[in-house]
Amino acid sequence: MIEIRDVHKWFGKLHVLKGISLDVHKGEVLSVIGASGSGKSTLLYCINRLEPIQSGSVRVDGVDVYDRKTNVNHLRRNLGMVFQQWNSFPHLTAVQNVMLAPRRVLKKSRSEAREIAVRQLEHVGLGDKLNNYPSALSGGQQQRLAIARALAMEPSYMLFDEATSSLDPELVGEVLDTMRLLAEEGMTMICVTHEMGFARDVSDKVAFFHEGTIEELSPPQEIFNNPQSEHTRKFLANVR
Amino acid sequence: MSFDYNFHWRPVFKSLPDLIWAGMTTLQVAALSMLIGIVLGLLLALVRMHGHGSYRWVATTWIELARNTPALFQLFFFGFGLGAFGIHLAPFYIVLCGLSFNNAGYLAENFRGGLQSVPHTQVRAARSLGMGIVRTYVSIVVPQVLRIVYHPMTNQMVWAVLMSSLGMLVGFRELSGETQFFASRTFRIFEYFAVTAVLYYIIVKIILGASRLLAWRLFRY
Amino acid sequence: MSATAPTATFFSSFSSKDLLFLGEAALNTLQISAISIGLGTLAGLIFGWLLYEGKLWATLTLAPILDIFRSVPLIIQLVLFFNFAPIIGLRLDPFQSGIIVLTIYTAALVAHVVRGGLESVGEPLHRAARSLGMTYWQDTFFVVPPIALRAVFPSWVGVALGVMKDSALVSVLGYVELLKASQILITRTQEPFIILLCAGAFYFALSFPVARYAAYLERKWAV
Ligand SMILES: Nc1ncnc2c1ncn2[C@@H]1O[C@H](COP(=O)(O)OP(=O)(O)OP(=O)(O)O)[C@@H](O)[C@H]1O
Ligand SMILES: [Mg+2]
Repeated sequence: MIEIRDVHKWFGKLHVLKGISLDVHKGEVLSVIGASGSGKSTLLYCINRLEPIQSGSVRVDGVDVYDRKTNVNHLRRNLGMVFQQWNSFPHLTAVQNVMLAPRRVLKKSRSEAREIAVRQLEHVGLGDKLNNYPSALSGGQQQRLAIARALAMEPSYMLFDEATSSLDPELVGEVLDTMRLLAEEGMTMICVTHEMGFARDVSDKVAFFHEGTIEELSPPQEIFNNPQSEHTRKFLANVR
Repeated sequence: MSFDYNFHWRPVFKSLPDLIWAGMTTLQVAALSMLIGIVLGLLLALVRMHGHGSYRWVATTWIELARNTPALFQLFFFGFGLGAFGIHLAPFYIVLCGLSFNNAGYLAENFRGGLQSVPHTQVRAARSLGMGIVRTYVSIVVPQVLRIVYHPMTNQMVWAVLMSSLGMLVGFRELSGETQFFASRTFRIFEYFAVTAVLYYIIVKIILGASRLLAWRLFRY
Repeated sequence: MSATAPTATFFSSFSSKDLLFLGEAALNTLQISAISIGLGTLAGLIFGWLLYEGKLWATLTLAPILDIFRSVPLIIQLVLFFNFAPIIGLRLDPFQSGIIVLTIYTAALVAHVVRGGLESVGEPLHRAARSLGMTYWQDTFFVVPPIALRAVFPSWVGVALGVMKDSALVSVLGYVELLKASQILITRTQEPFIILLCAGAFYFALSFPVARYAAYLERKWAV
C-alpha cells in the first residue's frame, strides 16, 4: 500500500503541498480531481520521488521513499507512471519503447523483453503497431504506448497524471477504456483526471484537491452526489 | 602575360599520386580534429550549461573566441603565439590544435542547442521507469541529440577540410601545402591549384555522400 | 608565404608607429570586407531568388556552379583566380582579385541562405497572398520579402561575419590586411603575443557584438 503522511512541498516560496495525508490500499483505484495548479501532478511526482519534499513521509509497501538508503531506481520499477504530455521516445519503435526498460533496468534478455513488450502492446490494443515509430501513431495510441511501457515493468502501482487531457476528444475514449481494463484486472491506481465520468465509474475513492490540501476524500457516489465542501461543490458545478 | 598562355598539365598529372596522398593527410587531420572537437565540444557545452564560476568562464571564452576570430588567427596563435612562450609546435600540430580549437567552439554551440531541445519530460519518463541518470543519457538523450546535431556536425567536418588548407600558410604539407610545394617548383601555379580545387571538391562530395548514407542507416524515424 | 616561427625575445620593439601600421591594415580589412559583403549580398539575393523561382533550370545550372564555391577552400579560390586572371589578359592587383573572389564567395553563401529562407516561408505565403487576389509581382515584392528577411537575416549576419573573418586569407595574394600586417610586424619586432592580441581583439570586437545581436533577434523573431 501507499501511505502518504503530512507531506509538505515548496517550489521556492510557493507552498504547493500543504500537509497531504492519504492511504491507497492494494487493488484500490483513487481518482484525484481539482483545479489546475492545485498540486495534483506534484503529489504524484512525490510518490516516486521525481520531486523532493521538504517534510512528511511517503511509504510504498512499507519502504520509506525519501529515506536516503532507498534505491529510487529500484522503487520506481514498482510504480508505473503515465504523463500528461505524451512522452514516448521518438527515436524508438513502439516495441523498442516498451522493451527498453525491461532490458536495461530489469536486465532481461532481448527475446524475453520483446515477448513482454509484444504482450503489453497487445494488452493495450497496439498489437498491430509494433514497428511504428511514435511519429506514426495518434495521440491516443502514443498514450496507450506509454501505458504499455509502464506495464512492461510489471509494477504493483500505476500513477496516471491526466493521461487524457492533451488528447483530442475523440481519442480520449480509447485511453480511458485501457485504464478501465487495468482497474478491472485489479491494478492499484492513482489517477489524476478531469474525466468525471471515469472518476465516478471506476474509482473506489475520489480526492478533491484545493490549493495544496485534500479538501474532501470520499467514495464517488458521495462526492459527486453530496459534496460536503463549498469548494468541491463549486468545482463540480464548473466542470459539468 | 596574355592570351597565348600555354597550359602544361603533364607535371601536374605526374604528381597526382603525391597530391592524392596529401589529400589523405588532409582528411586525416580534419577527421582527427573532429574527433577531438566532438569530445571537447561536448565538455564545453556541458560546462557552459551547468558549470560554475571560472570553469564556465573558460568554456564561454573558448567558444566565443573560436567563433568570433578568423581560423587563420587561431592557427597563428598556435604557431607564433605559443612561440612567444618558447613552445614551438610542428606544423602538423599547429593545424591540428587550431582546427580542434575551432571545431570544439562551433560544435559546443550545436551540442548546447541539441541538449536544450530534448524536452525534460523525456528525462522524467525515463527516470520514472527506473533508469539511472547515465542510462537515461545513453539510451534516451544522446540518440535524440545526435539526430539534431548530425547535420551541423557534417557541415563542421566539411569546414574542417576546407580550413585545413590554411596548413599551407604554416608549412604543413597537406593537400594545399603539397600543391604549393609543387607549384613553386614548377611554376605551373594555375594548373596545380586547379587540380587541387577539383580534389577538394571530390573530398567534400565524398564526405557529404558518406554522411547521407550513414544518416539513412541511423535515423529511421 | 609561410613564415618561419620567430624565436621569443624579451626585447620590446613594438612602437606606436607599428600600432598605426596595424590600424591601417585593420581599415583595409574593413574595406575589403565591406565591399565584398555588399556586392556579394546583392548578387546572392538575386541568385537565391533565381534558385527558388527557377527550380529546374536553376537547379541544373546555377546551383552546381555556386556549390563549387562552397566546396573548395577560399584560399585555393584566391590563388587560382589570381593566377588565372593574367591568362585571360586581366591585369588585377591583389586587392581587386580579393574583392572579386570574396564577392563571388559571398554571393554563393548568401544565395544558399536566401533560397533556404524563401523555401521556409515562401510557399504558404505565396498561396495566401495569391488567394487574396494579389498579382505575382505584388506578392513577390511586398509580401514575401519582409517575412523572408526575418528568416534570412540571422544566417546572413553569420555569412557576413564569416566573410569578414575569411578576408584574412586575401593575405596569400600579398595584400596587407590585418593578419598579414600582424605577420610582418611579428617577423620584424619579435613580439608575437602582443601583436596577435591586438589583431584578435579587433576581429573579436567586431564580430562578437554583432553575432550576439543577431542571436538576440533570432530568438525574438522566433516567437
Ligand atoms: N518545477 C516547478 N517549479 C516551480 N513551480 C512549479 C513546478 N512545477 C509546478 N509548479 C507550480 O506548482 C503548482 C502546482 O503544480 P501542479 O503541476 O502540481 O498542478 P496541477 O494540479 O497538476 O495542475 P494541472 O491540472 O494544470 O496539471 C503550480 O502553481 C505550478 O505552477
Ligand atoms: Mg498536472
